[in-house]
Amino acid sequence: MSFGPHLLLALLEGAVTACVLAVTALGLSLVFGVMRIVNVAHGEFYMLGAVVAWFCASLTGGSALGGFLLALVCAPLVVAGLAIATDWLVLRRVNYHPESTIVATIGLLYLLQQAVLSGYGPDARPVEAPIYFRVAFPWFGYSGYKLVVIGASVMLLLGTWAVLARTRAGLCMRATQQDPEMALAHGVPVRLVYTAVFAAGAMLAAVAGVLIVPIQQAHYLMGLDPLLLSFIVVIIGGLGSLRGTVVAAFVIGMSDGVISMFFSPTLAKILATLLVALVLVVRPSGLFGERP
Amino acid sequence: MKGGPGARVLALHLGLIAALFAAQFVLGAYHHTNLARIMVLATYAVGYNLLLGYTGLMSLGHAMFFAAGMYGAGLSIYYLGFGAIPGFALGVACALGLALAFGAFALRTSGVSFLIVTMMFGQAFYLTILYFNQVTFGDQGFILSDRLPAALVDPDVKYNAALLVFAACFLASAFLVRSPFGRILVAIRENEARARLLGYDTYTCKLVVLTLSGGMSGAAGAAYALLFSYVGASFAAILNSIYPLLWTLLGGAGTTLGPVLGTGLMFYLVDFTSGWTSAYLFVVGGALLVLVLFFPLGVMGTVRAKLAPWIP
Repeated sequence: MSFGPHLLLALLEGAVTACVLAVTALGLSLVFGVMRIVNVAHGEFYMLGAVVAWFCASLTGGSALGGFLLALVCAPLVVAGLAIATDWLVLRRVNYHPESTIVATIGLLYLLQQAVLSGYGPDARPVEAPIYFRVAFPWFGYSGYKLVVIGASVMLLLGTWAVLARTRAGLCMRATQQDPEMALAHGVPVRLVYTAVFAAGAMLAAVAGVLIVPIQQAHYLMGLDPLLLSFIVVIIGGLGSLRGTVVAAFVIGMSDGVISMFFSPTLAKILATLLVALVLVVRPSGLFGERP
Repeated sequence: MKGGPGARVLALHLGLIAALFAAQFVLGAYHHTNLARIMVLATYAVGYNLLLGYTGLMSLGHAMFFAAGMYGAGLSIYYLGFGAIPGFALGVACALGLALAFGAFALRTSGVSFLIVTMMFGQAFYLTILYFNQVTFGDQGFILSDRLPAALVDPDVKYNAALLVFAACFLASAFLVRSPFGRILVAIRENEARARLLGYDTYTCKLVVLTLSGGMSGAAGAAYALLFSYVGASFAAILNSIYPLLWTLLGGAGTTLGPVLGTGLMFYLVDFTSGWTSAYLFVVGGALLVLVLFFPLGVMGTVRAKLAPWIP
């Protein structure tokens, strides 16, 4: 295969990475934006989404599409339930203190990893893609499911934007983001908003996990890479800026796809981290971050 | 350090070192080895505590400094035929250099951004070690035992070498936090804007303490490579950045004795629970949650708050 088609393939792979990354990182960024906390267990929510998808697929047996649709419903619900429990039992008690929250979510990260390792096992298990068709390019055939992933991710991003910009719930979230006390004074149920946002962020990660699992296999350590990439993305985009997150996700995702294809996935992540260093030197608050 | 508290503080710290020195004549072989390992790891925690406990900067990527020390020592001995002491010195120098370079841009961020950046670079360092696996042997690691002086195999030499490294870092940290520079660090921890207003160059202070902290972590890593003769990428993984955080929080952040105590307690807790479960991550995760929710001051922090306000 000559360079041109090779690059096209790399760009397609990059687009898949970018879309899934944008959804995952958006969840992290939303939680930070509204609640000013960093959820280190975010990658584990992604991993749980993938693991739940595997369970759903094995439950429904033959029908891959049925299992996928079941997972699209179950995974966000399971993960949201877990997120709500975390919020009530842990985050409220430490009063959303940034550093305590980080330590607590690191604790949660290891509890979840160990729970999945003990209950599900150390193997990476494949899940069949719900639909199977090939898009035939003149030089290579490309899995149609990956294009579905791109479409679904774009719809999720647009959906999140619509909720934030066009609904009453979104208005409450934006009000809480700007000034929690003033929002409370105007009758916004700030605690409820916090719980809802934490759950919504977790659900975005879980859906991303369900979408990626037919491409990647479910494994108990699979949460680390998306966590790292999400961190890279939110720092480059500027902490708390949703627009910056999406833009940075596309830049990092595409370059990750291209570098992974031509060199190695590990090198792609190292270079992305070095890019962060560069961004920090030029603009410490990220590309779209609020200036301090 | 004049009179009352100063003398007591000095006695307390020297007493701990004397007790550790005396312990080697009492303990059986099993606890003897454990304690040597705990002292090396406690050195790591002491370095970590300088940053978290006294400067209020939480790092989630300290494993890179530990690993820099470890690989600096390990690779130079393995490939270049360095002796134990030059290898150790090179390891510490690598960690110091890395910490200085990393701090120079990471400290441009503050608050949670700093946390994220440390975690990210810790992970990138780990991936770099894996990427160059033809040199570093990646996850598998390599063994140094046939390239080190035979004397280092002797458990007594190991124990006392570990004690020497530990005592140097422990006393240095105790001295540092009681010095005027240490007071500036505490001022930064309590209110950085005010410290800056008072005319202190907080960026430089933070850079100095990050470099020292990284250097101590590197000393621990280099000592680990020499004394336990194994160098592997798992020491650069995120979990190894979380351990010093856990030890420091358990023992009490911002106390000189806390990290040491926390390391020992956690070591024996994992050792004890490994008797009936292999799920040690439950212990690590559970301990972090319990500490945050119910025991934020840690052991020595509570002792200081309730019993002995004079301990540093």
